Amino acid sequence: MSRQSVARAHQKIQELSWEPLYHEPVSQYGTDYTFQKAQKKDPLKQVLRSYFPMQEEKDHRVYGASDGAIRGNMFRQVQERWLEWQKLFLSIIPLPEISAARAMPLLFRTVPNPELHNGQAIQMIDEVRHSTIQQNLKRLYMNNYIDPAGFNNSLRNFQNDYCGTIGRQFAEGFITGDAITAASIYLTIVAETAFTNTLFVAMPAEAAANGDYLLPTVFHSVQSDESRHISNGYATLLMALADEGNHQLLERDLRYAWWNNHRVVDAAIGTFIEYGTKDRRKDRESYAEMWRRWIYDDYYRSYLVPLEKYGLVIPHDLIEESWNQIWNKGYVHEVAQFFSTGWLANYWRIDPMTDKDFEWFEYKYPGWYDRYGKWWENYNRLSTPNGHHPIVAEDVDYQYPHRCWTCMVPCLVREDMVIDEVDGQVRTYCHEACRWTDVTAFRPTYQGRQTPNMGQLIGAREWETLYHGWNWADVVTDMGYVRDDGKTLVAQPHLNLDPKKMWTLDHLRRMPPLQSPNVLLNEMTPEEREAFHANYVRGGPGGRPAPADA
Amino acid sequence: MTTATERSVPKPVFTDAEAGAKEFPDSTARRFNYYTPQKRKQTHYEDVTVEVQPDPRHYLSQGWLYGFSDGRGGYPLEWTTLKAWGSDRPVPKRGPGSGGKGYDWPAHGWHEFRDPNEEWELTLYRYNSNVVRQVNQNIEAARRSKAFDQWNPNWVRFVERNVGAWMHVDHGLGLYLFANANRRAPTNMHNNAISVNSMHLIRAAQDLALYNLTLSEEIDGFDGKAHVETWDSDPAWQGVRQTAEALTAVDDWCEAVFAANVVFEPLVGELFRSHLVQHAAPRNGDFVTPTVVGAGEYDYAERDLRYTKAMFELLTNDREFADHNKAIMQRWLSDWVSQAIKAARTLQPLWSQPDAKPPRFEDGLDRAKSRFSGILSDLGLDTPKELAQ
Ligand SMILES: [Fe+2]
Ligand SMILES: [Fe+2]
Repeated sequence: MSRQSVARAHQKIQELSWEPLYHEPVSQYGTDYTFQKAQKKDPLKQVLRSYFPMQEEKDHRVYGASDGAIRGNMFRQVQERWLEWQKLFLSIIPLPEISAARAMPLLFRTVPNPELHNGQAIQMIDEVRHSTIQQNLKRLYMNNYIDPAGFNNSLRNFQNDYCGTIGRQFAEGFITGDAITAASIYLTIVAETAFTNTLFVAMPAEAAANGDYLLPTVFHSVQSDESRHISNGYATLLMALADEGNHQLLERDLRYAWWNNHRVVDAAIGTFIEYGTKDRRKDRESYAEMWRRWIYDDYYRSYLVPLEKYGLVIPHDLIEESWNQIWNKGYVHEVAQFFSTGWLANYWRIDPMTDKDFEWFEYKYPGWYDRYGKWWENYNRLSTPNGHHPIVAEDVDYQYPHRCWTCMVPCLVREDMVIDEVDGQVRTYCHEACRWTDVTAFRPTYQGRQTPNMGQLIGAREWETLYHGWNWADVVTDMGYVRDDGKTLVAQPHLNLDPKKMWTLDHLRRMPPLQSPNVLLNEMTPEEREAFHANYVRGGPGGRPAPADA
Repeated sequence: MTTATERSVPKPVFTDAEAGAKEFPDSTARRFNYYTPQKRKQTHYEDVTVEVQPDPRHYLSQGWLYGFSDGRGGYPLEWTTLKAWGSDRPVPKRGPGSGGKGYDWPAHGWHEFRDPNEEWELTLYRYNSNVVRQVNQNIEAARRSKAFDQWNPNWVRFVERNVGAWMHVDHGLGLYLFANANRRAPTNMHNNAISVNSMHLIRAAQDLALYNLTLSEEIDGFDGKAHVETWDSDPAWQGVRQTAEALTAVDDWCEAVFAANVVFEPLVGELFRSHLVQHAAPRNGDFVTPTVVGAGEYDYAERDLRYTKAMFELLTNDREFADHNKAIMQRWLSDWVSQAIKAARTLQPLWSQPDAKPPRFEDGLDRAKSRFSGILSDLGLDTPKELAQ
């Protein structure tokens, strides 16, 4: 279609929206935001007549590349270190995608501008596209990569593993609670506008560097839909800003959404990119460098800051603190170390770091070796079974962390850990911002104002508690992370597929039982707890327990 | 000026990480093992769809993590009053030392639904692209051959008003019933099928709108805004409008899909599309409108009705709740059939508007009713007495 006819076509489909005369459409989701009904423009200007063929054309390219990759034996040059982490990533990501589709109707009644609904419906089907195209990629990996374990039980694993809970927030946060908090601020303004760059641009680049050019093909195709979604979010945000009464809620929601996205996305994607790669060229960007460019400069400085003049209160302090976490407090390294400590509770294999990796880390993050080097040497030493336990049960100067009740990543930057008694339970939080999210933000009042539509944090939020007192072999069996010989674990702390070098349930049977830090904490007297906390925050970096003498 | 600097690029490395390169436990386990296929073999559609939306009743060991203000998270089964076997069992409680296991997969009957159209992204874009291409080509060919010149003035009025008005039905139901319902059902199979249905309707609405635009450019005196006035105030259309609006007001997602696809579409949609427009158009020298309207007709008859039947057949044959479900569906039938028949009858004046008349209204309605009764008998439901209205 010519540009002129696209414009006319778009103009024409505006005639489709109508106001009900007899019955209001059902109203199923609430918000504490208020919107003035005003004539708006559809920010998308997308007509299905051109949309469907455009997407089909993209599909041709994706599926053409898939066939080509198999014909061209791509998997002969794929790095296992990288593909193993895809077992985690591709178990998570189809759910956030489909949740974004499910989130769109939350906006239909709460944002009373029918002109926006066309764009939301298109986003809905885009997200169906993303979810199923990613499942398809995972299926292709399962069929063609050397080790299908972890791909083949993907969606059971994702649903019962603690890493799943970290990822699921980036999905359930879109579809519940206050409709605007969820489907607009958390989903489009923060998750899509800020964090999809690391997901869909940084990750693919790293995949390509590890011999996998299929992931880039699929994810660039996904990312190409994202700018439409960002426009949807922007239009809604501007409307919300138009009403002063919303400013307080916007401030709350940006703080929560920013911090949660940082905690969850940087934990996962940071680990994939820094610890899942074999590409140690000194001039390849580190996750911190990419973050600085895409999230700090492009999102924060260029997108958020200009909105300040419309009355948006930006969480400058939390954005600076996120950078501080990544750059000074080793957030990504601490997370990668934790995932590797608990490798036996996972469903992928984690390659030890080599001298070449050490050198790169030291170059990119000066001081890395002093903090993490010894531990990774121990990881390497303990990686094949030889009469010892998995690293989590060996003395390697690592204190198993408490879980953050809010973001469900453990409290890894030990000095930031906060304890509070909330709803009758003593809870630990990785940072004051996560405590605030639970205690202040997700409540029916906020700063004295009624917020009856705000959501709740629910569920059994500490994975360890479910298995308190269990033998590790039973834990892994209960979750189903066992290979088809009935005893070899799916997870391994190395990449050697020689069955004699692989860990089995028998090795785990000999370990001491799993203990839930939270259960133990709740059994303490208040005085014991206080002493415990004082000690915990003196621990780290690298999970080191506090030195014995204060 | 350019200077040749050596580009830093990662070097390909031979890793031999290909399927079959080694033998070890699980080396040949290349099948998603967390669900049971509907037929003997797992389909591509099932692989990309099943279990993406989790369920605390089986694998989701830590439960939903975020809830609404009432504390309910995820996709509550109570969002419809229909039930599938296992629905009444409580969600397994997990706590200190409980372990993670729930009920054995699938835990309840909702997970047994599969979309017989096997829709996922590849199929839905292929199908809809073909439709828009076909519709465009037909309209373009008609424009070139001056086919619209054949139309008599009464037929022009008929198309601008009545064919135009139907776009509002498709659009309203596509967005506020079907897109809305994609948040409500307990499995990914349901919600994906429902969102594909939604796109069919939104696309069909746009097909009609853009066809209407072409006609205003091609036919002197074609009033491109007449459809709005018709929809807003033509008495013949107000029954359809009331019913369409009532459909978007339904809270129970099963009732909404049932009322739209089992009742409204056969009794009103097909009556209008198949028994009026498709028959009247050729008699009035119009061979183009049937191809545009036919696309929507095909969406419904060949695809949307198909998944709808599969969805409700499971429930009327449910091993635990068949009677419960049938009783509720019979109530829905009484309610919605009487609204649909009223809407259909209010449309009757349209039958006398074209110069060359279509078959009689009552004959069309009888055929729509008998088609509808056939759908009910496939579902194991009784024809409600309201059908005689
Ligand atoms: Fe997406
Ligand atoms: Fe946290």
